Amino acid sequence: MRPLYNSAERIASAVENGEISAIELLDEIFERIKAVEPKINAFITLAEDKAYEKAKDIDQRVRKGLKVGRLAGVVVAVKDNICVKNVETTCGSKILKGYFPSYNATVIEKLDMEDAVIIGKTNMDEFAMGSTTEFSAYKTTRNPYDLERVPGGSSGGSAAAVASGEALLALGSDTGGSIRCPAAFCGVVGLKPTYGLVSRYGLIAYANSLEQIGPIARNVRDCALSLSVIAGYDPRDSTSLTVQPKDYLEDLNATYDLKGVRVGIIKEFLAEGVQESVASKVLDTIYSLEELDASIGEISLESLEYALAAYYVIAMSEASSNLARYDGLRYGLRVSDQGLNWGRAYAKNRRLGFGEEVKRRIILGTFALSAGYYEAYYLKALKVRTLVLMDFQRAFKEFDVLAGPSMPTVAFKIGEKMEDPLELYMCDVNTVPANLAGLPAISIPCGLSEGLPVGLQLIAPPMEESRLFKVSHSCESLGKWSFTLKP
Amino acid sequence: MAVKTVKIGLEVHCQLTSLKSKLFCSCPTDYRGKPPNTNICPVCMGEPGTLPVLNKEALRSAIMIALALHSDISRFTYFTRKNYFYPDMAKNFQISQYDGVGGAPLAKGGYVVLNNGKTVRIRRIQLEEDPARLIYEGSIDTAPSALVDYNRHGIALVEIVTEPDMSSPEEARLFLQKLRSILEHLGVFDGELEGAMRCDANISLEGGVRVEIKNISSYKEVERALMFEITRQSNLLSRGIKIARETRFWDERRRITVSLRTKETEEDYRYFPEPDLPPIVLTDEFLDDVKRKLPMLPDERRRVFVEKYGVSEQNADVLVSDKALADFFEKCLKHYDKAQELSSLLVGDFLAQLHSLNMSIRDVKVSPSQIAKLLKLLDDKVLTGLSAKTVLREMIATGEDPESIIQKKELHRISSRDMLTELVDQVFTMNPKAVEDALVNEKAIHFLVGQVMRMTRGKADPTLVREIVEEKLGKIEPNRVG
Ligand SMILES: [Zn+2]
Repeated sequence: MRPLYNSAERIASAVENGEISAIELLDEIFERIKAVEPKINAFITLAEDKAYEKAKDIDQRVRKGLKVGRLAGVVVAVKDNICVKNVETTCGSKILKGYFPSYNATVIEKLDMEDAVIIGKTNMDEFAMGSTTEFSAYKTTRNPYDLERVPGGSSGGSAAAVASGEALLALGSDTGGSIRCPAAFCGVVGLKPTYGLVSRYGLIAYANSLEQIGPIARNVRDCALSLSVIAGYDPRDSTSLTVQPKDYLEDLNATYDLKGVRVGIIKEFLAEGVQESVASKVLDTIYSLEELDASIGEISLESLEYALAAYYVIAMSEASSNLARYDGLRYGLRVSDQGLNWGRAYAKNRRLGFGEEVKRRIILGTFALSAGYYEAYYLKALKVRTLVLMDFQRAFKEFDVLAGPSMPTVAFKIGEKMEDPLELYMCDVNTVPANLAGLPAISIPCGLSEGLPVGLQLIAPPMEESRLFKVSHSCESLGKWSFTLKP
Repeated sequence: MAVKTVKIGLEVHCQLTSLKSKLFCSCPTDYRGKPPNTNICPVCMGEPGTLPVLNKEALRSAIMIALALHSDISRFTYFTRKNYFYPDMAKNFQISQYDGVGGAPLAKGGYVVLNNGKTVRIRRIQLEEDPARLIYEGSIDTAPSALVDYNRHGIALVEIVTEPDMSSPEEARLFLQKLRSILEHLGVFDGELEGAMRCDANISLEGGVRVEIKNISSYKEVERALMFEITRQSNLLSRGIKIARETRFWDERRRITVSLRTKETEEDYRYFPEPDLPPIVLTDEFLDDVKRKLPMLPDERRRVFVEKYGVSEQNADVLVSDKALADFFEKCLKHYDKAQELSSLLVGDFLAQLHSLNMSIRDVKVSPSQIAKLLKLLDDKVLTGLSAKTVLREMIATGEDPESIIQKKELHRISSRDMLTELVDQVFTMNPKAVEDALVNEKAIHFLVGQVMRMTRGKADPTLVREIVEEKLGKIEPNRVG
């Protein structure tokens, strides 16, 4: 078999059957990395030794006829804000240079239990603050479809690694679209799960109340398989939901009948600023579901007008507090050692350790939480958040899933929007509502516009990931898109 | 110096010492004596990616405290981040609670009645994590650097804030003693552990402003610190100098307060709800359950001691102000039923001896049955009250039986009339002047009795000695003229 051209699901069974060894597969992957990584720059750190050690262990067990996990041998890339024990974890920031976590994130333990092979840590916007991966302190990741363009962000390295075949699966994190955006830009499938479905233990926080770890995959089935592995209650995360593990592949069939499924197009998702070619690709795909007997309608969610502003206030406020711990005293970058004058030492470490965008968000978040402004910004944002949630609840009385473009545009040129932070923030307008409301949302590729992938976003009520997978899989089954390795 | 009206409020931090683990992680609570930075884990060190998980027992203990202090418990409460940069917080914020926008403390209101009858109102009670310990080389204002020990960081603290209802340093001490006794009766706290109860005080003198004093390490220190501060402030006021609104630091070694920072503006801690911990909803069933299981508290216990056992109110106050002492009393009572006599021994000689031996009730070697034996020996007039003190001291220090101490030290009471008469004769011969005085002066009789007691090292039956002395004096009297 040619492993690079197969799904994670297929690879896992091939490894289990002894059709291919985990080591052979890993060799292929490293071959591929050697070829494309200089162009793509998807990884900050490669954990080659650790990966081979794991692959060897899997092969030994296969030879002995012992049981192997559901992701046996599947090569997974992990965003660099998810802690892997003894593997440098930088969050794309200089301030965490040299930080080797002393523990594994819960999702890493789960992947390991199912015999996934973790190959390395992927590039990202510093502390997940960005939509292009250009704010990484280390390198600029390039879009596999067009090396002059951004891969999206902040999980840009993870999406690019999957799109370019440097990994079969990847983990990203999504605070305001950081999985769905790069998935859309790189032509892969990315899921932001229901808030609390996947443990955040070991995810380095940007904005705790908004973010989730989620899978990035070549297709919907691989995405569903990955979620089955990483989801579930974790006593170490107090915001984790007490739900039983579930096999999301069970509900997916080869053929579909979407009779009775009501798909609602969110009008605000197609407002001004959305590229026409993007809108038409997305609408084409949605209406094609009528072929499977789905009913299509439109709905307006008025509170979405304020969602982006509310999102940024909440995210920056939480970030300003979450990032306070990076002072150079206990770990990470330490450039200043000034005895008892720790205030000055902290300031220097942070001034040199954080990038511009991170500083901007820390300052804005600090401002929003300050006495006298708290009510006007943070509390008001929380109110908007409640309104958004209520709007979605109302919408789900009429529709089973809500739909629209993941991103208003296709991937843009590297450097194009670096000058204007507001313009960059605007890119998240369609993705942040699901984070504010804690809803599951998926981005699936639905075609090319001028050679660049367009992402369709589907949003479901809490815990209805199965429904998302079913509709997404139906879209796939219509045959308008199939995964191809790039470049 | 004119005594001015003083208003004192306290902010007390009590570690929940009976818990097995810290407030938000599974590190053990027995950090005392461990090498620095060994009682830590990724969670309490705030390592990137870690998350807090609330210790449910800590919540329960804090609720017990709120109930015991008659506080109004919030049915809906949550944790709040208090943001500030300081090395004693690994995350540069403290997970705490807050009484204001962005917060909902565990309980509000309540009161404590002091042994002097005064009621001190409680403002709020909340749960938070203990900061790390900063160790300065030398004094805080001259140290070139500080060391940080995170062993203590994350221990569950209950913060109890009072209204400024105390009007003297003594009352502040009484409040802390009462609070300690309540917490110990609840079984959530051991005040003997170093640093388990710490407090900040705010104090204002009539005509002055509110000054805060930080770093008061015990209820013994609180009186000293406040006394120093009253003297300092009254001196300034009497010289017409304005008192600065500031925070001062109690330097225990030098026994002075040092200015830490002047408070021109309120610090902005940017409180906001902790996103990693869901809000806590307390049901009536849960609160009722905690209430039902509440153990007997000092005030109720005092009533039992007075009404059921017949202990005097003064003695009962002293007994219940220290749970260990009250427990010891009740254990002794099983072996000796004259409660008032027993209580007098415990609050009197027993505490005095502990104090002079610099021991705590928790360290005594003597058993309750041995105390009972001693009291019976006194009842049976086997030894004198004076000798009993000697025996008691020895018992406390060694745990030896009273009989064997009496034997060893030959402390049997001397009640042989012949023997004592002989001794009185000797004293009379040796002190002719005193004998003369004794005929007209009662005090001189005391002296003569005292001389006999001294010769017998306190073993003589004092009543009998006096009887003999008076008898002997009576025989002299008729011979005197005028
Ligand atoms: Zn710990």
